[in-house]
Amino acid sequence: MTVSIALVLIIMVLYAGGVYLMLDRSLTRVLLGFLLVGNATNLLLFVTSGAFGIAPIYGEGPAEQMSDPLPQAFILTSIVITFGVSAFMLALIYRSWRLAQQDEDDVLNDSEDIELAIAEALTTEEVFDEDLAESHESEAEVIDDEEPSHS
Amino acid sequence: MIALIPLVVLIPLGSAALALALPGRVRAQQIITVAALTAVLVLGLAFMWAVDAEGTLVMEVGGWAAPFGIALVVDRLAALMLTVSAIVLLGVLLFSLGQGLADGDDETPVSIYYPTYLVLGAGVCNAFIAGDLFNLYVGFEVLLVASYVLITLGGTEARVRAGITYVVVSLVSSILFLAAIAWIYAATGTVNLAHLTVRLAELPLDIQLLLNLGLIIAFGVKAAIFPLAFWLPDSYPTAPAPVTAVFAGLLTKVGVYAILRTQTMLFPDSQINGVLMVVAGFTLLVGILGAVSQADVKRLLSFTLISHIGYLIFGIAIASAAGYAATIFYIAHHIIVQTTLFLAVGLMERHAGTTSLAQLSGMLRAAPLVAVLFFIPMLNLGGIPPFSGFIGKLGLFVAGAEGGEPAAYWLIGIGALVSLLTLYALARAWSLAFWRTRAMTAENAASAQTASIATSTEARVLLGRETRLLERLHDAPDAGPVQRQRATPRLMIAATAGMVGASVLLTLVAGPLFGYATRAGSELTQPDQLVEQVLGDSRDGLTGGSGVTNPGPHPDAPGSRRPQ
Repeated sequence: MTVSIALVLIIMVLYAGGVYLMLDRSLTRVLLGFLLVGNATNLLLFVTSGAFGIAPIYGEGPAEQMSDPLPQAFILTSIVITFGVSAFMLALIYRSWRLAQQDEDDVLNDSEDIELAIAEALTTEEVFDEDLAESHESEAEVIDDEEPSHS
Repeated sequence: MIALIPLVVLIPLGSAALALALPGRVRAQQIITVAALTAVLVLGLAFMWAVDAEGTLVMEVGGWAAPFGIALVVDRLAALMLTVSAIVLLGVLLFSLGQGLADGDDETPVSIYYPTYLVLGAGVCNAFIAGDLFNLYVGFEVLLVASYVLITLGGTEARVRAGITYVVVSLVSSILFLAAIAWIYAATGTVNLAHLTVRLAELPLDIQLLLNLGLIIAFGVKAAIFPLAFWLPDSYPTAPAPVTAVFAGLLTKVGVYAILRTQTMLFPDSQINGVLMVVAGFTLLVGILGAVSQADVKRLLSFTLISHIGYLIFGIAIASAAGYAATIFYIAHHIIVQTTLFLAVGLMERHAGTTSLAQLSGMLRAAPLVAVLFFIPMLNLGGIPPFSGFIGKLGLFVAGAEGGEPAAYWLIGIGALVSLLTLYALARAWSLAFWRTRAMTAENAASAQTASIATSTEARVLLGRETRLLERLHDAPDAGPVQRQRATPRLMIAATAGMVGASVLLTLVAGPLFGYATRAGSELTQPDQLVEQVLGDSRDGLTGGSGVTNPGPHPDAPGSRRPQ
C-alpha cells in the first residue's frame, strides 16, 4: 500500500493540535480540538485507500488504476456525523455560556438569580469545578429557587 | 423472516420522523412511540423464536453480496439483546408517560422527547443487528447523538454541566473507534465482520494485538470498564429519572455487546484475555467501593452499574462457550434489573422530592409499595439465591472454575465479595430511606452539634458516621434540599411494577433462557459457521482490499443471493 507522507504529516499535526486543544478548559477550544481530531481521523481513513487513482466509476478506466471508493464513503458518513455533533456542541456551549451569564438572559430575568450570579462570581465564560465547589451550599439554593420560577 | 430484519431500525426511525412532524400533539406522539416500541418487542420475540429454531438470519441489504454490500445479522445473541432492549425501552417509556402526564410537562420539552427516545431505540437496535464494523459505528453514533439530547433535556445548569462531560468523553471514544476502523481497514481491506474473521487471522500477531487494543479501548469507554468509567457517575444521575434508567440499562450494555462481538468474531484467540481479567477485577472492586461510599441513591446505583460491568468483562475474558453463555444471561439480567432499580429510585425521588440518603426517611410507612419495588430488584442485583442475579453469577463462577486459570479463581473470590458489598450498599440505602423514622433524621441533624441525644455509645458512633455521611453530601450533584410532596401517578408505579415483574419472570424462565444463552454462547465460539453463512461461496474468490478490489462482475454478483 502506497501512502502519501505529506498526508501522514498533516494527520500528525492535526492530532497533536487537536488533543492539545481538547485538554483546554474553554469549551470553544474543546470544540475546535474535536474538529481537528475529527478531520485528522477522516484523513486517516482517506490514507487507508492507498495510492491516488482515477475516479472509481465503472467504465472510467481499468480497475487497477481506480481509487478505493470505500474509505471515501466512510469519510462522507463521518463528516456528516461530525457536522451534526458540532452543531449540537455549539448549542450546548451557548447554553452553558448563557447559564453562566444570567444578567444577559432575556428569558429569565429573575432578580434573585442576578444577585446570585453576581455574588457567586459565576460570570466567567464557563462554570469551572472550583467555582462550583466554592459555591456549593448556595448553589443548592439556586436550584431550589429556580425551579418554581420555570413553571 | 429475513425481510423483517431492517424493520427493527426502520420502525423506530420512521415513527420518530412521524412524531417529530406532530409537535403539538402529545397524545399522538405517545401513541406512535408506544406502538413503535411494541412492534420492536414483537419483532424481537419473533426473531428469538425463529433464530433458535432455524439458525442465524442474514440479510444482505439491497441484495448486494456480503463483503461488498452491508450485511445485517441476527443470531441468538442479537435477537436476545433486541428483545431485552425493547422490554426496557417500553417499560421506561410507560414510566415517563406517567411522569410526564402528571407533571404537565413543564420540565421536559416533550415535543422532542418522544422522537429522540425513538431514535435512541433505533440506534441501539442498529448496533445489535450490525454485520459490519462501520454499521456498528453508525449505530453507536445514532444512539449517542440521541443520548446527548436526552441527557441535557431541559438545559438546566446541572444537566448542561454533566452533559458536557458526557458529550466530550463520548466524542473521544467515537473518534478512537473510527480510527480503529481505519487501522483495521488499512490492515485487511474490509469492515465486514465475517470477512474480518478470515482476514484478521492471517495478520501477524503484533498487528492483531494493536487492532484488538484499539477496539477494546474505544468500546471500553462506552461500556464504562475500570480505568475508563470515570465519566459515568458524574453524568448519569443528573438526567431525568427515566432517561437515567434507560441509559443505565442499555447504553453501557451496547458497549459490552460490541466487546463480546469483536472478541468472539474478530479475535477468537485474543492475546488480551489476561488483561481483561485484571480489568474486570478492578472494575468490580473500584465500582463497588465507590458505591459503598455514596450518600445519594442515584450515584450509588451508577457505581453499582460500573461494578457489575466487571462481571460481564470477566465472562468475556474466560473466553469459553460457558463463559460467553453466562455473560449473555448476565447481560439480560443486568439490563432489566439495573433499569428497574433506577425506576424505583425515580419513584422514591417523586415521593420524597430527593434522592439524598441524609434526607430520605420513614418511607416504609409513607410508600410501602415503593419499598417493595426497590427491595426485590435489590435482592436480585445482590445475587440472593432464588433470583436471576444468583443464577447469572453462579454461571460465571462455574465457567471460570472450569477454565481453571489462577486469575479466574481470584475473580471468583472478588465476584463473591462484590456481590456481598452490592447487597450491603443497597441494603444500607434501603434501610436509611425506608426503615429509619423521621425523628431519627432530626436527631442526626441535631447531634451534629450536641451529640447528646444518643443514649448508648454504640448509637453515638453510628450517629457520628451518619453525620460524616451528611457532610459528604455535597458530592451529590442534585442534592438540593428539595422537599416537595407530590402524588405519584399510577402509571409510574405500574411501569415499575411491570419491570419488577419482568425481572422476576427472568428468574422463572431462567432454565429455558439459560439454555438459550448456552446455545448462543457456543454459537459465538464457532464464528466459522457465521462466516460461512454471511460470505457463502464467495469466501474463496475474494481478493478485495485496498487498491486490488475487483469491481468487475463477480460470480456471486448482486441479485443472485437475493433475500427471500
